[in-house]
Amino acid sequence: MATANASSRSGAATAVLTVEDLSVHYDTHAGPAKAADRVSFALQPGERLGLIGESGSGKTTVAMALMRLLRPPARIAGGKVTLDGRELLSLNEEDLRQARLRDIALVPQGAMSSLNPVMRVGDQIVDAIRAHSRGDNRNDISGRVAELLRSVGLDPAVAQRYPHELSGGMKQRAVMAISTCLAPKVIIADEPTSALDVVVQRQIMQTLGRLQDGLGAAVVLIGHDMGLIAQFSDTIGVMYAGKIVEIGPVRQIIEAPKHPYTRLLIDSIPGIKKKQKLRGIPGLPPRLVNLPECCSFHPRCPYAFGECKTVTPRQQEVAPDQRVACHLYPEHDRLPERPAATEVPA
Amino acid sequence: MNALIELRNVRKDFGGFTALDDISLTLSEDTASMSAVAGESGSGKTTLARILLGFIPPSRGEVVYRGKDLTRMSGAERRVFRREVQPVFQDPFDVFNPFYRVDHVLHMPLRRYRMASSAAEERAMIEDALSRVGLRPADTLGRYPHELSGGQRQRIMVARAVLLRPRIIVADEPVSMVDASLRATILDELRTLNRDLGISIVYITHDLTTAFQICDNILVLYKGEVAEAGSVENVIGSPKHPYTQLLVSSIPLPDLSQEWGALDVTQVEASGGSAAGSCNFAPRCPQAMDVCRSRKPPKFMPDAARLARCFLHESAPAVPGEDLAGVFRPPDPDGRETI
Repeated sequence: MATANASSRSGAATAVLTVEDLSVHYDTHAGPAKAADRVSFALQPGERLGLIGESGSGKTTVAMALMRLLRPPARIAGGKVTLDGRELLSLNEEDLRQARLRDIALVPQGAMSSLNPVMRVGDQIVDAIRAHSRGDNRNDISGRVAELLRSVGLDPAVAQRYPHELSGGMKQRAVMAISTCLAPKVIIADEPTSALDVVVQRQIMQTLGRLQDGLGAAVVLIGHDMGLIAQFSDTIGVMYAGKIVEIGPVRQIIEAPKHPYTRLLIDSIPGIKKKQKLRGIPGLPPRLVNLPECCSFHPRCPYAFGECKTVTPRQQEVAPDQRVACHLYPEHDRLPERPAATEVPA
Repeated sequence: MNALIELRNVRKDFGGFTALDDISLTLSEDTASMSAVAGESGSGKTTLARILLGFIPPSRGEVVYRGKDLTRMSGAERRVFRREVQPVFQDPFDVFNPFYRVDHVLHMPLRRYRMASSAAEERAMIEDALSRVGLRPADTLGRYPHELSGGQRQRIMVARAVLLRPRIIVADEPVSMVDASLRATILDELRTLNRDLGISIVYITHDLTTAFQICDNILVLYKGEVAEAGSVENVIGSPKHPYTQLLVSSIPLPDLSQEWGALDVTQVEASGGSAAGSCNFAPRCPQAMDVCRSRKPPKFMPDAARLARCFLHESAPAVPGEDLAGVFRPPDPDGRETI
């Protein structure tokens, strides 16, 4: 079981968000595609969790499930999500609408296309605030808008601009101002910097970090770049084919990864100290309707052995707060040297 | 050195906006090189790519391919140029027509240039090109674009370029839309094509890590002008221009001993073109001096394989000649140290 009781591990009393055995299936003609399969984790207030995986690993599905923004053919097939003491998956539509933005907010992927092109930026922020508190007076709100824009590093005059007048980085900041306008307890950032260059990317991530510190909010950062995730997160969860295959504190994950896939993700980002053979991850992520038997990663895994094809690995705690689903453990106490290259078709 | 392609004092204006200025660059005919062009959005790197490809003419200066100015080529010469200088674009989703099988983009150029004398030869050439980029022809041909992943589609675009036996591939952000875990493999294939087939590669990117790993030399652009150029070991390994330093310190690495963003940066985002009488980077530069706001810095040469356009290096000799490739190091004959 992939549960490994996230709640008891980190103390349900203090966790702001607890996810237990969350499963999301996409119904297809070929049967259900398990885009998220018994995903569990807990977030403390102020904690930064990085969820990393390749395209199709289910990381965005998890984000959408937490916002309850999934639409058919996707459906939540099981699990429990507790947000600040409330069961999120059973909220009715009106309570859910109130919870979004106020308690849990999304910084969507592709901020470029998340803004309304025919509405001034300021009005879009006002819109979001008014949807949650009708009574506020106009002057208070416009003061609030200026303050929000400043908090994301934008000139308050940006309120009068239309999205097409802003650069990509500025649009991403404007979206962050909207997402944080009601001081949410949890911010979900889904690849917030995917189309931006490195300098702007860094500025955006620093802004997100500052905002979060100011609000005391927890952040789930979703991405596929181990460099970015490592530099931002306190905890890293590695997703493969719908499952969290390894989760733990950032230093342990980066310096002593246990799952072979985690190691490969780290190695796929070459450094700038020394030239080395470029090591991508061979093969492709599997199709979710027809997953390889047992450990889904075995066809691409340089360490795979017999048991990987016959027994599904369970999550086990291999170091303090570090859980991994891999048959190399508990026999080994750390990830062994990588076996000689085996041919895996690209 | 025999020049394969030469940019001579190229400038490009769009209306009153100068997207690219003062670029002279020669790629040698004798050795196949791998050069990177880096810079942020709006730095002019895509404009440079489009000029190299002959998609747009420069506003000033000239582009010379094998000794012939592009604007004065005959139709036949232009066809040769078109075949020998091939693009790979950023977006592996938009370049395919979803109604055609992927075979279509491979057959079309072969027929257009009459490269194969029979259907069997055509097929053999396509299969060869696909295997060179790590694709199995049997798994690829006959498929529709939506059946393939982004990485596979981008490999097909590289195969399409290779099919035409080009001398130069201009790859504009070829892996920025591909998962980080798959980028390394595709770039490694570009490097192999460079080595095995003698194709010079111009790799346009904002990712300095991969530029460092696969290229010999790099050109860093800022607001349309070169900020720093030279060997990747020099420019990325120990940057001298404050802009390059900012870029390098912004790279997020999965290495917790490297502090991300040690350098602070003023939050002025690039807007507008180059300023006439000052250093383009001065408004953002933490080390800007008075002289930076009153004069454009010339190109200084702080060491043998590098130029930096920055007054901090005023004591270094000026770069002799206009050609930026004058400070490039020769490509490694057999590659680099591997581990």
